[in-house]
Amino acid sequence: MNSVKTRLAASAVFLLMGAFSLSAADLKIGVKSEPSSLDPQFHVLVPNVQVTFAMFDPLVMMDPKLVPQPALAESWKPTSDTVWEFTLRKDAKFSDGSPLTADDVVFTFDRIPKVPNSPTAFTLFTRQIAKVEAADAHAVRITTKQPYPLLVTDIANLPILSKAAASGPAPEGKTTVEFNRGEGLVGTGPFKFVSWQKGADLVLERNPNYWGKPAAWDKVIYRPMTNPAARAAALLSGDIDMMEDPPTTDLEQFKTNPKLSVAEAPGTRIVYIALDQKGEPSPGIPGQGNKNPLMDKRVREALSLSIDRKAIAERVMGGVAVATGDLLPEPMFGAVKARQAAPAVDTAKAKALLAEAGYPNGFQITLGTPNGRYVNDARIAQTIAAMWTRAGVKAEVAAAAPPVFFKSRDNFEYSAYLAAWGNSTGEISTTLRSLVGTREPSKGSGTSNGGRYSNPDLDALLDKASATMDDKARKELLQKADEMVLSDYGIIPVHFEVPVWALRKGLSYAARADQYTLPQDVTSAK
Amino acid sequence: MPVFIINRLFQALGVILVMSVLVFVGLYLIGDPTSMLVSPEATEIERQALRKALGLDQSIWLQYLTFLGNAAQGDFGRSFLTGQPALQLIIERMPATVELVIVAMTFSVVGVPLGILAGLRPKAPSSKAIMTGSILGFSLPNFWIGLMLIMLFAVYLGVLPASARGETVNVGPVAFSILTIDGWQHLALPALTLGLAKAALMIRVTRAATREVLPMDYIKFARAKGLRPSRILNVHLLKNILIPIITVAGLEFGQAIAFAVVTESVFSWPGMGKLLIDSIITLDRPVVVAYLIMMVFFLVILNLVVDILYMAIDPSAREKVRD
Repeated sequence: MNSVKTRLAASAVFLLMGAFSLSAADLKIGVKSEPSSLDPQFHVLVPNVQVTFAMFDPLVMMDPKLVPQPALAESWKPTSDTVWEFTLRKDAKFSDGSPLTADDVVFTFDRIPKVPNSPTAFTLFTRQIAKVEAADAHAVRITTKQPYPLLVTDIANLPILSKAAASGPAPEGKTTVEFNRGEGLVGTGPFKFVSWQKGADLVLERNPNYWGKPAAWDKVIYRPMTNPAARAAALLSGDIDMMEDPPTTDLEQFKTNPKLSVAEAPGTRIVYIALDQKGEPSPGIPGQGNKNPLMDKRVREALSLSIDRKAIAERVMGGVAVATGDLLPEPMFGAVKARQAAPAVDTAKAKALLAEAGYPNGFQITLGTPNGRYVNDARIAQTIAAMWTRAGVKAEVAAAAPPVFFKSRDNFEYSAYLAAWGNSTGEISTTLRSLVGTREPSKGSGTSNGGRYSNPDLDALLDKASATMDDKARKELLQKADEMVLSDYGIIPVHFEVPVWALRKGLSYAARADQYTLPQDVTSAK
Repeated sequence: MPVFIINRLFQALGVILVMSVLVFVGLYLIGDPTSMLVSPEATEIERQALRKALGLDQSIWLQYLTFLGNAAQGDFGRSFLTGQPALQLIIERMPATVELVIVAMTFSVVGVPLGILAGLRPKAPSSKAIMTGSILGFSLPNFWIGLMLIMLFAVYLGVLPASARGETVNVGPVAFSILTIDGWQHLALPALTLGLAKAALMIRVTRAATREVLPMDYIKFARAKGLRPSRILNVHLLKNILIPIITVAGLEFGQAIAFAVVTESVFSWPGMGKLLIDSIITLDRPVVVAYLIMMVFFLVILNLVVDILYMAIDPSAREKVRD
């Protein structure tokens, strides 16, 4: 009994203390996962990059709609087909007060390939760069290996380090371990580093030397909260001010809750169905002898026609998806306007097409999907399988944990699978090359083309576009390529995932299409 | 006694060997870690380079032998995801978990007096209430209790925080939450969640043991001798029901340290259970293997401690070891 009393007394103490834990100019963000490292050049991964961009600026920064905007470079221009000149801001200072010079930029590019043990190195964005040199103290000249129109979008992924702060005895200067301890984290961004406890809070504070408009927050806290229900509860209780990815099932309730607000960004991540078009037979289609029905364009069209994309976006996705017939949303570079609207569902026509192709009784097919990699992935696949079955194609879903799914996909064990692709460049060329370009490891094309769609005309168009520096001409080529693969039903787009954030009432977020959560873009109405 | 301890340690080594083979082969069969690590925009050549850098291009058995060789020298490899030594990652996270579990287990000790109470007067309404409560306590799922506590104390009443560790004080390299009031506030709900089920179990074990001991001749004799009821309770009863209680508490303590995963993820408690789950999802094999090896070792040691405690309490256990 005594212990019950002490516990009651204890909770009364908590009661009193709890009332004092609010602070006005702090921003606490519940994030899905923590960065794997604070080294700005260690791992190309959303949790890492979004933390980096709170402390560091790139030369060119993508705005929330993925249009490049001047950041540390106030202007840039190609001086020839392969040489670009970037002019740096003269008023940009690092958080330790030292000015930004071209040497810092050269150092940054120099360190990228030297970072060891990187799971995905930032060389992803420097593949095409042959040379980076300082033209003068405030101008940088970048030479590419061949004419390369996407240089500016690539550069937008590279935060600029301070040469003085990030140098060290190791070949790469400050090592990843040192960065994780907070050493060398000197950037030009709106915030600077305070502390990081792994698995718990990462704390930043306002950078007094920031060149732009000072950030609205004295302190920013990133708190990793993997469980979506726990994130939601923490937001409702006022423990955090903002959360990534509220559960789609709670979204309606969040939108009507007077204490919360919701921010949505245009989605660039396309959820699609890939179909095995390598040849015959196909592993997930039994009972057809040596034939692969998916080789027939009419069958692929029928499968596309039988999907009710709007129903999926509304009911399975809770409205945080945009049903579509294209691979990139308008007005991004290379999207086709006429393809944007989701094609109307037409089961009767789908049945007719199947009969015409010689499958009046349909066939059986297995639809592979990861379970837990993309928003509601397995549920979308189940819905699509039901829709296909209604059109006569008896579909079964094979849902697997993400690593198992990727293994099966890479071993070509699926006749059809659901996956998603996030476009970070705002230009459709990267999407097309990865998803439907002919698989050619040496060229880096077809990396995610598990359906092994191959169309030499398309490859030729993409090659031509990648060497075309003129934006207008390139756009036309890319739109033509996009239209080519869509009218061939080489891949079936379903919808764009809409990135969502939930915030405390009174806060607003300039929601970003690339899904980064950047504290400098969170503003308070008061 | 020393022979007994050495035997136990050898057993531990055997278990660790078998377990490491199982984990290695298991994770190998699940899939390729690079498919989870590498950005989808990377080319096959870049992916291959990473496989080579991580040693994943070698055969599974060669990888295992390399691991064994390094592990024998105390090097458990580097995390695929963060590039940091796996052991260091785990040790960094360990204090938070240990702290949480110790507080939860302390809380669960409440179950002992309640259990004795229920055992002494099994027919009383209070005893029935205790038993019903204990059924709820261990049959309700952990995450549900956690979320309900958050809804009640954090969302509706708004008195306790729903996540994280709060303010900590460093003692040497280790951070403690129990040294600050803010830390206790943060600790309260997760410890309660974890402790409730343990307390329920304690109640049941204590009650059963009490019911078993009460009809014994020595209790009857003590009563007949006219001893004070408090002395019968504190000496004759308590000493004899301690063995099952210590066994269960020891096992539960180990269990909670190794797998407090659910509570930790519901409350975003930065302990090592969360690390294990995240590492399994990303197929971060070095961390998973190092974690499980540490836990096997820890559980073996814990059992050893429990056995030594037996001997301290129960003279007949001492006799058995001597044989």
